[in-house]
Amino acid sequence: MPHSSTSANSISRRYLLAATGALALTAACGSNTGRAGGAGDRPALDQWYHQYGEAGTEQAVKRYAAAYRRAEITIEWRPGNYDQQTAAALLTKNAPDVFEGSPTLDQIQGGQVADLTDLLDGVREDFNPAVLTPKTYKGKVYGIPQAIDMQMLYYRKSLLDKAGVRPPQTLDELVDAARALTTKDVKGLFLGNDGGAGVLGATPLRAAGLELVTSDGAVGFDDPQAARTLGKLHRFHKDDSLLLGAPTDWSDPSAFLQGLTAMQWTGLWALPQIEKALGDDFGVLPFPRDGARGRPSVPVGAYGSAVSAHSGHIDAAKAYVKWLWVERTDYQEDFALSYGFHIPARISLAKKAAALAKGAAAEAVRFTTEHGYAQPLLWTARSQTAYQDALSRIITEGADPEAQIRAVVATANAELKRVRS
Amino acid sequence: MWLSFFDAHNTVTPIDFVGLDNYSEILGDPSFISSLVTFVVFSLFIVPATYGLSLALALMVARLRFAQAFFRSVFFLPTACSYVVAAMIWKLSIFNGVRFGLANTVLGWFGGSDTAWLSTTSPPWYWLVIVTVRLWLQAGFYMVILLAGLQRIPRTLYEAAAVDGARPGWQVFRYITFPQLRATSVAVVLLLVINAFQAFDEFYNLLSTARGYPPYARPPLVYLYYVALGQGQNLGLGSAGAVILALIIAVVAVVQARWFGLGRQED
Repeated sequence: MPHSSTSANSISRRYLLAATGALALTAACGSNTGRAGGAGDRPALDQWYHQYGEAGTEQAVKRYAAAYRRAEITIEWRPGNYDQQTAAALLTKNAPDVFEGSPTLDQIQGGQVADLTDLLDGVREDFNPAVLTPKTYKGKVYGIPQAIDMQMLYYRKSLLDKAGVRPPQTLDELVDAARALTTKDVKGLFLGNDGGAGVLGATPLRAAGLELVTSDGAVGFDDPQAARTLGKLHRFHKDDSLLLGAPTDWSDPSAFLQGLTAMQWTGLWALPQIEKALGDDFGVLPFPRDGARGRPSVPVGAYGSAVSAHSGHIDAAKAYVKWLWVERTDYQEDFALSYGFHIPARISLAKKAAALAKGAAAEAVRFTTEHGYAQPLLWTARSQTAYQDALSRIITEGADPEAQIRAVVATANAELKRVRS
Repeated sequence: MWLSFFDAHNTVTPIDFVGLDNYSEILGDPSFISSLVTFVVFSLFIVPATYGLSLALALMVARLRFAQAFFRSVFFLPTACSYVVAAMIWKLSIFNGVRFGLANTVLGWFGGSDTAWLSTTSPPWYWLVIVTVRLWLQAGFYMVILLAGLQRIPRTLYEAAAVDGARPGWQVFRYITFPQLRATSVAVVLLLVINAFQAFDEFYNLLSTARGYPPYARPPLVYLYYVALGQGQNLGLGSAGAVILALIIAVVAVVQARWFGLGRQED
């Protein structure tokens, strides 16, 4: 899932130890959380958010929480590896009652997150299916999508004009453009400091007309086209046209704004910053298609609001989630558009939002509707690690794509078999 | 350890006993094996390098007639710096891949082109970054230990050697200083090996991104962290890996202690 703010990703052995220690302690002491519990007549609920980079978001979610009358909400704003923190916390009784996140298949099958299907009664159709589907397992919903993030390719119009390059419509054109745009001080393309294995994920496969997992739950890229497309990604490296080792990673537009690169793959969240710095000297594109069955592709994702199944106040937590993320459309719109820049998960809200009606933002909404895809729920962390390792070897080391893909297909098959059993 | 015999996906109270399946799975996992190879290579390099550098520093500082305390402190200071902070400085200001990074600026003076230190796999420049950060952090600490060892060598031995006609310099070092330092050296090397096996902080902070960790230079603790504590949450498999790692460290430590005769009475 795309995160709107990936802050410095630091952790130490001591921190790990502390976390494990806390885990052991919480397992031993039960639910002594120091919370007021039922001191008043309102239940006390803990709600977790990951640390959003945009100023004002924290104050906004605290304002929403303070406006809720039927429970006492404590907001926790958590920097660092958020998904790993929630995964670890869900194993204990100290898990937050309400948290934003993307419940994984293991968490759903492990009974760690509560079924929220009934909260969407009557409005389910209004949630963008691209982001609701990955929160749904066997027809039941385990997370209410909050706001949609998507990623796309930003390019500097003036630099492309100077190099005589037109905005690339195919992967081959993108490779050529990146090479043509590379000079001594400016690289052609920035896909993150790992060369793109992390951020691109399944996007090139999608652009080749393939899937990670097919709708009937089989591996969707066991196809010769996969090796052809992924193999082309090594050419960026060979041509020396990728920016690597920038002080900020792909999620931050600084490298693009500082003129270190002519094109950068980053998120919709960076759009306001880029617009402010470059005016109209930039354009946006989806990841370009490749091969005969190719189609443009953009990854979309949304954190959902989820409820821990171990919460002492499941019903109160569900009622709060329903109030905030289903009923209060004014807050949802404010959350999506006033601080960072996201597309509201509700189709009706996205349609009427003025900020999304023109320019690059309107393009982004169109890409999301026409070319958006989300990582399937059946694609587990293990499959993802295997795929990402393979992609990294193909891109940076020029490893044989066919052999690498064969290994990933084997791992993914085993994982799909495990989760479907 | 108990978890390692169970299918513990997303739980610390598993019920599904799987015997040695986790062990056979992790030992058959090429990524785990390659992570073991990574850290063996890393230890083989970092242990002698740190030992050599610390000993050289200790010998130099020990010979100083003035300002010894000053230099001792200067070399020792990096020990007080956290691995995380040092890794950040190395990654963001010294070895970043763009033209204003310190290393690239220096390279630029000599006409070199910008190098993406942490992202280049051939040649594997990332090792330069990892090794230098660890050397900088550790050498001072072991220098102090070796310095203490040096100061315990009786002066009479040197006087006797001088009377016997030993040339100062290499001969004295080879036949007096180095053998006399044996006990200290064994302790230092043992600590270094254990430290190398526990490598996590600087690897993680130098190379991980929001989306994971590249498949190169991935020591076992980092790999297990992603398997067990990351989104994978396969605690059984992670525990099996941790047990294997602990066994390897124990075996190496015992073998090493026997070999060097740690704790044996001096004869």
